[in-house]
Amino acid sequence: MSHLIGRGLGFKREGRSILQQIDLHIEAGEMLGLIGPNGAGKSSLLRLLAGVSAADTGTLTLAGKPVSQLTPKSRAQQIAYLPQLTEIAWPMSVERLVSLGRLPHLEDWQQATPEDEAAIEKVIHQTDLTAFRNRPYNTLSGGEQARVQLARALVTEADILLADEPVSALDPAHQLDVMALLQAYVQAGHGVIIVLHDLALAAHYCNRLQLLHQGRTLAEGQAEQVLTDHHLEAAYGIAINPPAAQSGHGFALPWRRIEADEKES
Amino acid sequence: MVNLQQRRLILILCLMLACAALLSLLTGSTSLPLYAALQQSFSDVDGVYGIILTELRIPRTLVAMVAGASLGLSGAVMQSLLRNPLASPGLVGSASGAALGAVTALYFGLSASFSLALPLGGIGGALLATLTAYLLAGREAGPLTLILAGVAVNAFALAMVSLLLNLAPSPYAVQEIALWMLGSLANISRNELWVMLPGTLIGWLLVWRRGHDLDLLTLGEETAGSMGVALEKLRWRLFIAIGLIVGSAISVTGSIGFIGLMIPHILRPLVGHQPSRLLIPSALGGALLLLLADIGVRTIPLDTEIKVGVITSLLGAPFFLWLILKQRRSGS
Repeated sequence: MSHLIGRGLGFKREGRSILQQIDLHIEAGEMLGLIGPNGAGKSSLLRLLAGVSAADTGTLTLAGKPVSQLTPKSRAQQIAYLPQLTEIAWPMSVERLVSLGRLPHLEDWQQATPEDEAAIEKVIHQTDLTAFRNRPYNTLSGGEQARVQLARALVTEADILLADEPVSALDPAHQLDVMALLQAYVQAGHGVIIVLHDLALAAHYCNRLQLLHQGRTLAEGQAEQVLTDHHLEAAYGIAINPPAAQSGHGFALPWRRIEADEKES
Repeated sequence: MVNLQQRRLILILCLMLACAALLSLLTGSTSLPLYAALQQSFSDVDGVYGIILTELRIPRTLVAMVAGASLGLSGAVMQSLLRNPLASPGLVGSASGAALGAVTALYFGLSASFSLALPLGGIGGALLATLTAYLLAGREAGPLTLILAGVAVNAFALAMVSLLLNLAPSPYAVQEIALWMLGSLANISRNELWVMLPGTLIGWLLVWRRGHDLDLLTLGEETAGSMGVALEKLRWRLFIAIGLIVGSAISVTGSIGFIGLMIPHILRPLVGHQPSRLLIPSALGGALLLLLADIGVRTIPLDTEIKVGVITSLLGAPFFLWLILKQRRSGS
């Protein structure tokens, strides 16, 4: 399985430095949470990793090979990117939109193979989109649209998935569903880098956190090492409420999905 | 199932196109007994029917099909590339550039001394205009910037055409330019077909196999880029293709508008809105529409022949209006 490793990554836009000296790594079976205030450079970093923009400094390697030496297609097979909710140009059906996620595996002239069909079927089932599969995308609610875009990214079955705030448009229950899906994806041996604003979700689901502030890494490691009073004040200008912190549950998720068997009882 | 749907659409369009082509061979000021004409064209070199068929009707029909297919195809490509249902091949300057190139050839009388001057001027003008629009917009331009650059190039090219009309040396030259700009398939010979074919074929080949890339652009340019689409290369390639295709068509037929806007728009729902599956049907649909418009032109009983470009514009303007109203309804 691939390791994505970035060393000393820097990125400038219109002369302004957006990212400086970022070190980052992700391994198979791991979820890395990128957190930080608005404008910290989280989305820019994800775009660099996705190959959408090129780093001005530093190196990025995938399984020991520089990403810049990969063909765009080979990179797309190994690194999937889910940007923040984007506008879809045409009112295609859910199934067709999801199937676009398989195109990196196909030649320019090739139709979907049975293997592709199976992958599409599996993901549509996993993301609970079976009932919508023939609906035009533009007739779905915001939450359903977010799930379709997630399905499109999952179906590529890339080693590394980069997800930019995939839960920001969702209600608490669907946030948990999406996080659970990503967790299952990680447990199946993939790596996920996820940008999150919800620190409780980040602490609960991510194996490691990396806190960005003003384009630099402020802290990196386990949730308890990163989400300290000192770091939170420096990055966000916030403090954890004392009672919550004292109880040791500062970042415990205060809710969970009610399982079907619980409802019956 | 979806594939079957697309194949069925292609088959139906092909059948309609074959019928229209046959009708086009039979339509004209002289009614043509097809069997006799066919016989003559193979055995009797001087037979009138044979000459009408092989020298006039067949070239006119083929040029209508090739030009219509080019306009329909480039419309589908442009709309997918710019992710905009109101885009047309003319939007990035190809049509007005072709007009400027061709009108320049007419103005300086180059076409009288060198028969290829007009079509080559048209193709050159179209290529130059699309590339200028591309370079004006810059390397990392979004669709909106590209459209704006196209508008600027269009405005300039049309202003230059007006200037040439204004400065035309004689009323005859003005009339020649003005009539050319209306768009017509009358007086088409086999030469015109040979002239338009190379650029058209190269352009079609450049579009060939770019369907997946256009599909991925549905997800947005950034996502498409992350999924293996080399956007800058793709744009270069398709801009050159559209310059060649539209330039070749328009330099032979004159300005013919709206086919590239209407046809992809009408056919898109029938292919499930998927850009790659829209390409071939749009080409067939464009060929069909131009052929039908040209048959219409030949059957309208008027002393002065109506130009085919006028017919497509008459169809196109209200269609555009309907599109805008539809867009407004869905937006509100």
